[in-house]
Amino acid sequence: MSNEQKSVGAYNLLFEAERERAFITGSEAVSEAVKRANIDMAIAYPITPQSESMHLVGDLYAQGYLKDYYRAENEFAVMAAIHGAALGGGRVFTATSGPGTLRAMEMFPVWAGSRQPVVCAFMCRGVALPPSIQPENIEMAFLLDTGMLMFHAENAQDYFDMILAAYAITEQPEVHLPVGVFADGFFVTHTREVVMLPPDNLKLDSYNSDYSPVPPFDMENPPARVTRDPLLNKSNFVSYAASASWHQEVLAAAERSRKYIDRFLGGSIEIENGDADILIIASGTAVSQSREAVKAMKLEGIDAGLIKVKSVRPFPEKEIAAATANASIILVPEFNAGGWLCREVKAAIDNNSRVVAGPRVFGGMPMPGEIIVDEVKKALAKSGGAVKR
Amino acid sequence: MSKKIFTPTKEFEELLPQDYKDLVNNGPYNAPKTIDDLGSFKEITEPHPHCAGCGVSLGIRLGLASLPSPEDTIIIGTPGCSYFALSQSALNYSCTAFGNQNSVASGLKRMLSIRYPQKNKDVVVMVGDGGVADIGLDYTLHSWFRGEKITTVMLDNEVYGNTGGQESGMSPKGKVLNMAPAGKKFNKIPVFEMAKTAGCRYAVKVTVASPKKLGAAIRRAVLIAREVGPTYVQVYTPCPTNLKFSPNQTIANAKDAEKNFYVYEEYMTEEAGACLSKIGELKEKV
Repeated sequence: MSNEQKSVGAYNLLFEAERERAFITGSEAVSEAVKRANIDMAIAYPITPQSESMHLVGDLYAQGYLKDYYRAENEFAVMAAIHGAALGGGRVFTATSGPGTLRAMEMFPVWAGSRQPVVCAFMCRGVALPPSIQPENIEMAFLLDTGMLMFHAENAQDYFDMILAAYAITEQPEVHLPVGVFADGFFVTHTREVVMLPPDNLKLDSYNSDYSPVPPFDMENPPARVTRDPLLNKSNFVSYAASASWHQEVLAAAERSRKYIDRFLGGSIEIENGDADILIIASGTAVSQSREAVKAMKLEGIDAGLIKVKSVRPFPEKEIAAATANASIILVPEFNAGGWLCREVKAAIDNNSRVVAGPRVFGGMPMPGEIIVDEVKKALAKSGGAVKR
Repeated sequence: MSKKIFTPTKEFEELLPQDYKDLVNNGPYNAPKTIDDLGSFKEITEPHPHCAGCGVSLGIRLGLASLPSPEDTIIIGTPGCSYFALSQSALNYSCTAFGNQNSVASGLKRMLSIRYPQKNKDVVVMVGDGGVADIGLDYTLHSWFRGEKITTVMLDNEVYGNTGGQESGMSPKGKVLNMAPAGKKFNKIPVFEMAKTAGCRYAVKVTVASPKKLGAAIRRAVLIAREVGPTYVQVYTPCPTNLKFSPNQTIANAKDAEKNFYVYEEYMTEEAGACLSKIGELKEKV
């Protein structure tokens, strides 16, 4: 029961509370995070391909951990109702994936434009290009410019920590933007692994809408003409300028989130063996596969390093540019056919002919470490021995 | 709402905007008004920015003047003609994506019930016919099926007005409009009948030519939504610009509709009737 839990600050819950081992799926890790997040309301839709996470959240509601919960009629309805609930000034949670993400698409920029501190988990899946319900994260490409912050979990531990950190980051008065916390479906959501959990008798401090940069819609304000939406469909210069400056403020809020990402996510990237001449840049489960590839290459005498990207929005341009300044080969393996992370990396660094775009797997195909090693070897051969092994 | 959040010192009182002073001193908040009082108090709406003779703006003006507790009412809208008058109302008003209004209202109402368990926070959806009957029909019906305690008001001008006069599901059969070059092929969508079967506890069909009936309908709908469940008011708000009649004929047009195809109808469940009797609302004859 929520009222038997002790409220603590996010830093305490994430970094100070003692943790115990649990052997759980990624979906269960989501539910464990929600259990400790002191959420007022969650709304669910069970589309295939959804994971079991949102019905586990329903169980939490039945046990008294949330104050309201219901199943809505489709994802657009879910994201619209979550918008309404957030307008009401409380803490909310939902989750979706793949085709559901695309059906709900219209609401994501609305959340950002309305400065809603919504946290939504995405269990990335294919999007019928051609029809697939298997793991791949192409949906992240569609969300890059919706104004939401985007964190990409490598495993169930990340997923648990990032969801709690997301609330801590977005509820800062100078941030207040929606946060998408992404994991690669099946690989993370449906498999079981060891996750270190803080005690479940602790929960985050409750959300206080008094610290919101925009007023909640509860009519607890003085008589005034209050709308949270810029001046829609008024065709004059003042309206355009109001809308543009509002949009600039959304972008600025994302910039201001960086210091809280450093504090609560421990930085937007993690670097292993960063002095190597060959660097792999990856996010999500491609990080785990790349780590295996780095180990395999070490046995063969090839010295490679790894950069794990945790925050995709805001994108760590400066950190990645600095970390890759001396690298000769930069490999970007991805679980999607579009290569959105590769485009982001190329746009962030100088001399991007160093970037090897791939390997890319999709449609549910696995990414064995061998295919990453093969790509590195091909790039080495192409360099004609100019690269330090 | 609190008029006491700002308490200016006497010397600075006169520096506050006139609009604010009027709303505090002579507004409808915590001092219930009805449409009989129109002209004698500072209204929630401003002089409207709509076309001359606009039925929608009249519907909004009458509707807002009939809210039982404007100080605790939040309006959810959609893009469209209704946006213009509602976005400058002195209430919290939200309008985002087209058609999502009853979903937004569901989430909002539930959250306000969590945050203010001891207070009535009335959530009223006020949107056009396209928003309810076409793009938002799914979400409207599901909010009724779920029994959400919200009021839905359709401002039915029988056309997509703001986008230039295209056919809507509420346009009459045979009407020639943009996107219906040979005339609309099917009847008005029977949203009023659907409201009854989908779980609305109270539903009224009325026109802007009967302000007293309209005012009573809005008031009752909000009071019943508070206590019992979803309510629906469908208001005929004719559009001179797109339906091509003279702006000074709006009321005549609505009166004619009332006699022919938009006959006044009030439906309520037993539970809704008992609720009104309990709070003394059924004494008023409309």
